[in-house]
Amino acid sequence: MLNNRTAHPTALLDVATSDASLRNFLHGLAGVDQVGADARAAMLATRSIKSSAKAAGIDLAISMIDLTTLEGSDTAGKVRTLCAKAKQPDANDLTVPAVAAVCVYGDMAKIAKAELRNTNIKVAAVATAFPSGRASLKVKILDTQEAVANGADEIDMVIDRGAFLSGRYLDVFNEITAIKQACGDAHLKVILETGELKTYDFVKRASWLAMLAGADFIKTSTGKIQPAATLPVTLVMLQSIRDFEALTNLKIGMKPAGGIRTTKDALKYLVLVNETLGESWLTPNLFRLGASSLLNDLLMQKYRLKTGNYSGADYVTVD
Amino acid sequence: MTKFEYSPALESTSVVDIKPSYDLFINNEFVASKNGSKFQTINPATEQVLAEITAATAEDVDIAVKAARKAFKSWSKLAGSERAKYIYRIARIIQDRAREIAVLETLNNGKPIRESRDVDIPLVAAHFFHYAGWADKLQYAGVGPNPTPHGVVGQIIPWNFPMLMLAWKIAPALAAGNTVVLKPAETTSLTALLFAEICQQADLPAGVVNIVTGAGETGRSIVNHSDINKLAFTGSTEVGRYIAKAAAGTNKKLTLELGGKAANIVFDDAPLDQTIEGIVNGIFFNQGHVCCAGSRLLVQESIHDELMALLYQRLDLLRVGDPLDKNTDVGAINSASQLAKIHELAASGDAQGAHRWSASCQLPTNGFWFPPTVFTNVSQSHRIAQEEIFGPVLSVLTFRTPDEAIAKANNTPYGLSAGIWSEKGSRILQVAAELKAGVVWANTFNKFDPTSPFGGYKESGYGREGGRQGLEAYLAASTDE
Repeated sequence: MLNNRTAHPTALLDVATSDASLRNFLHGLAGVDQVGADARAAMLATRSIKSSAKAAGIDLAISMIDLTTLEGSDTAGKVRTLCAKAKQPDANDLTVPAVAAVCVYGDMAKIAKAELRNTNIKVAAVATAFPSGRASLKVKILDTQEAVANGADEIDMVIDRGAFLSGRYLDVFNEITAIKQACGDAHLKVILETGELKTYDFVKRASWLAMLAGADFIKTSTGKIQPAATLPVTLVMLQSIRDFEALTNLKIGMKPAGGIRTTKDALKYLVLVNETLGESWLTPNLFRLGASSLLNDLLMQKYRLKTGNYSGADYVTVD
Repeated sequence: MTKFEYSPALESTSVVDIKPSYDLFINNEFVASKNGSKFQTINPATEQVLAEITAATAEDVDIAVKAARKAFKSWSKLAGSERAKYIYRIARIIQDRAREIAVLETLNNGKPIRESRDVDIPLVAAHFFHYAGWADKLQYAGVGPNPTPHGVVGQIIPWNFPMLMLAWKIAPALAAGNTVVLKPAETTSLTALLFAEICQQADLPAGVVNIVTGAGETGRSIVNHSDINKLAFTGSTEVGRYIAKAAAGTNKKLTLELGGKAANIVFDDAPLDQTIEGIVNGIFFNQGHVCCAGSRLLVQESIHDELMALLYQRLDLLRVGDPLDKNTDVGAINSASQLAKIHELAASGDAQGAHRWSASCQLPTNGFWFPPTVFTNVSQSHRIAQEEIFGPVLSVLTFRTPDEAIAKANNTPYGLSAGIWSEKGSRILQVAAELKAGVVWANTFNKFDPTSPFGGYKESGYGREGGRQGLEAYLAASTDE
């Protein structure tokens, strides 16, 4: 089960009582050496995942996908097609698991919800003036409430990077708690937009800030800013999740999103989770891959593992 | 079976062609020993015999030295740019045959294929490339306007990085215009013999590189040969002492790269997760068979418990086993005798009251294995804090202030390397200046580069290898013919 909590953990209650105490806490976290973090991620990327491990990894990755369409040109038709794919990714192979969720803009949540009724597939909706986050808290709360009213099971919010980078941590914290409240029963994924935070120290602080404020998941990117998810950024976030659990016993989920296109990429992320947080995190409840084109590559690789032949792009559906 | 257990991912051994028996490499040919015997070389991960190699006698060494002496006349007269062509060619062939060399290294040494593939062999090629570039620029090596080579160089290398140590020795020697008689370690001679084939493939003039295999007796013949101008040795301090004595009073130049007991110093403002990786890389890289290994962890007391908890968690993830598996992190101990030495020193740690922790990995039944091990409650007076273990064993000590860290770090007969972990640049610079170590790494460990000089203080030896400084050891300052 996802964590469903409304406030930050009691063990860290006093951390966010003032801007100063929050700043002291975040600035007191151990620093991240960029060269070392990059090296560790690069080393883990050399893990060779073959045969039965690869087969298991592909199914696992499929089951963890937040199948995403976040385009200005999205239509009801596009969302319905995506939902059909989410339920049965490969019409020729019914052993392929369904994906974890379909991720859309808030106004499309209603359509997705209708298409996905009677399935375990969640509807995730981006909210809070996605992707820039540049709107008043009032607008962001309304955005969130509407998405939830439209049937969203999960809300993917963005943090106010401007506030974060100018050191107004308490503003970011309060905004997350407000959105968390607006979510009601819906689970909250907090997007840090690491491509705009630039340094790993900032990524680590933002991860802690989001977890302290009640995030169920922390997520790298909107997919609208380059670079989106990277292995070292994900590693730093996973290590923050590990340390947060050690302190609070709460398991926070992780979602790298954007730029994950190939089976090889997806397996590297699974290795990262496996060797940082361990196997207990290898579940869609605690790990998601935000992606659109990744699914077809996983299907092609699954087909190849089964038959020994590559099928080619025309043998998987373009949705 | 767990949800996402990595399947075996074995590197294929079909790329290597190991002959049943090897002769000596003299004058660009493989020649039988005059009267030497053969001995077996094994795969330390399985104890299977890989091949038979020759124990070169004093007579064989003499023939090799004569070949090198003859070749020196023309090799040293060759224009630097011409010598460079040969060395570049060797570097390129090494890159071409990198996989083959890496697999053979792993088979004979026991180190993980990931390491021989990603660290050792790329560095080998890089060293040859680097020194090839120096061959026509020797006037800038820092020893005067017209430096000259010494002549015939006797080189004795260890078993921990067989091919890399060969590169460190041979590349600068050739670039400077010397010729070489090299003895690889008796347990790990196969890549040196493959290098002999590479010399043939590169059309290196006969006698420029000669490789004589064998154990201590062969080494003694090199050390005591009267027509050798320079000795270069990497290995134990004990053997280094013998060589220094033997060379004393002769005209032989000498460089020694010996043991170490490096302090890896962690301050309370260290980047913790990267520090953990640095500790792992410092002592478990190459099974701890590294002279500059970070074998003494000095942790500031205020973060000791937090750091150790993270470290134990990380060490339990180390994948110990078949060195040919691409996912193996820690491979086999190189020999039965080295394993016995590690056991003996670890037992002394227990006896002297240190607390032993070992990773919960399953060790293979055949071959030589030792689990990644950490000793806490270690005092400066314990043997495991003083003596080089040369295995996957970390001794953890604590300190309270930077002064205490520096004092403890320097309180060793060795002085090869050290590490500092801190996010505070000024502290790194201040502490580094106080450490008596040839290499000080800051927020990293065990990083090597052909442009960077490497060598020690005190009982860790003298002379430098790598970079411009490494060239000096192979050049004399004389300006006349």
